[in-house]
Amino acid sequence: MTHPENAAEFLKDAQKSKWHDETLWFVRDKRDKVSKGIPEWEQLRELASGIKDNVLANLANYLEEFERNAKKNGITVHWAADSEEHNRLVLEILKKQNCTAVVKSKSILTEECHLNPYLEKQGIEVVDTDLGERIVQFLNQPPSHIVLPAIHLKKSEISELFHEKLHTEKGNEDPVYLTQAARVHLREKFFGAKVAITGVNFGIAETGEFVVCTNEGNADMGVHLADVHIACMGIEKILPRRKDLAVFLRLLARSATGQPITNYNSHFRSPSPGKEIHIILVDNGRTAQLARNKFRSSLKCIRCGACMNTCPIYRRSGGFSYNSTVPGPIGSILSPGLDLKKHSSLPFASTLCGSCTDVCPVKINIHEQLYEWRQEVTKTHGDFAKGLSMKLANGIFKSPLAYKISGSLMRNALKSLPNSLIYHPLNIWGKNRNLPDAPKESFQQWYQKNRS
Amino acid sequence: MNSREKILSAIRSLTLEVKTLPDIPNFSSPGNLVEHFTQSISDNKGEVLTKSEFVAWFSAAGFSKVISLSSQFAELATLPLPEDPHDLESLEVAILEGQFGVAENGAIWLEDTQLGLRALPFATEHLVIVLDRKMLEETMHQGYEKIAAAHSGFGLFLAGPSKTADIEQSLVIGAQGAKSLRVVLV
Repeated sequence: MTHPENAAEFLKDAQKSKWHDETLWFVRDKRDKVSKGIPEWEQLRELASGIKDNVLANLANYLEEFERNAKKNGITVHWAADSEEHNRLVLEILKKQNCTAVVKSKSILTEECHLNPYLEKQGIEVVDTDLGERIVQFLNQPPSHIVLPAIHLKKSEISELFHEKLHTEKGNEDPVYLTQAARVHLREKFFGAKVAITGVNFGIAETGEFVVCTNEGNADMGVHLADVHIACMGIEKILPRRKDLAVFLRLLARSATGQPITNYNSHFRSPSPGKEIHIILVDNGRTAQLARNKFRSSLKCIRCGACMNTCPIYRRSGGFSYNSTVPGPIGSILSPGLDLKKHSSLPFASTLCGSCTDVCPVKINIHEQLYEWRQEVTKTHGDFAKGLSMKLANGIFKSPLAYKISGSLMRNALKSLPNSLIYHPLNIWGKNRNLPDAPKESFQQWYQKNRS
Repeated sequence: MNSREKILSAIRSLTLEVKTLPDIPNFSSPGNLVEHFTQSISDNKGEVLTKSEFVAWFSAAGFSKVISLSSQFAELATLPLPEDPHDLESLEVAILEGQFGVAENGAIWLEDTQLGLRALPFATEHLVIVLDRKMLEETMHQGYEKIAAAHSGFGLFLAGPSKTADIEQSLVIGAQGAKSLRVVLV
């Protein structure tokens, strides 16, 4: 299904999609307010962008430095060329521990690799421990937003779900009550798990440590109670120096949810005595994206989700409409690199208004890359439905006479054409759009009357 | 070729433009650090208390399972630090000493030495951190300067209690970790 088809599905529930739109805009607004409290905000964005540019330009060296230091600290480092290898490595570690149940905190990379279904097929129970992720896991859904995984759901739906899965009172929709029920359920899982999986927000080449940020504390609950910690990290998550974290931690939560910082920012450098830390460095298409000049800078992304919250298309079409692990504007420039055919409609899921670029904490030129991907898609896939009307328009604009005649024809036609023709399925511009009233005269006619 | 070599050589085969690593200026945010820090903790849904306010709260609550790693409140402990973090399951209060706090966001730095067990500040129901009011920094830049090359197996910037807004964006305090954070400024 293409993005417009999926979006149409989401828009069927008008009340819910309106709530979705307004709620994400509220988060965007919080980001604006908190960022304005930092006089050096724009300088921080510039710095973050510069640091990430430097990382991408020297990635091989930084990865080796990171590996060297991590090993010195007693961390086991693995490398995975693709998602299959990543999943296999995780499974091998679990098998070594005779582990059949694992707790996992939020990791978009493991979503990208489809780790959960892979492990479940091997008979391993995977419990996502972020509340929003646990909710969508109960529903067999992927997250619809990278920071707010269950933003597409209303509390009545969650109440019903928890009644079924956690035996909460029927009809009790109180978020405090529901969160408490999840707390009891998840703490039982934490105290029972031998292995915990987390993602990685930042890996520091200089020290070999890595940082994981959460508000719920679920990553730490899992990791510190388990014997073995597996951290899954995309190779682009490197920062050169420890002090670079100051820049990124100042930007991340403010951009994501409008908070000054996430409540837990854990720096893992070496395992507790008697325990193990494994880190898996994953490529899965990242070196291919690095090779694409025009799209390289998309790898600077720190997964804050600000571009989603601000995007007029994302807010009105929902995360699932993208059918891509990372949805929204940034997903629409990352995913075509992984599978251009599957994701060919995503670069068009944008008004190119540039709001995503304006809020991006690492200054990725997202809307320009969306435009560039459109060129790639058209080169590869040829005409879209809009192609025919564009060709027609091209002919009309080339000839002054054709332009003049067609203008007057259209003004009359818009008045007299039946709706069935304007809102015909072949005219996709008519879909969900109302035509403006046609002016009585052309600009030329108006000018001759009034100014000549 | 194994995956490590494959990835590294794929990167090295590219001709990438040189990009210099920028220097980070020492951004500051001067002002009343205690006031700023207190506001930040309160924004993060924690609470800053004086010593006497804390003692009043603590004695009124009548907790029976308390671990204290703070020399200032050693006498409040009812339990020793266990060896196995699984024994923390029903812990009511943990009292720890923070190294320093950051005024701009309320983040408090803790390392293995202060934590005893890494699970302690997460698994406990209520968390109390004792902090010297002279140990406040303006921004994260000064914070990382202070940590500099210090080496701890685990380090944590903790800024508030466990919280979530995953159900319809309603903020709920006490998700999976500690249900409250009290910072005692001494």
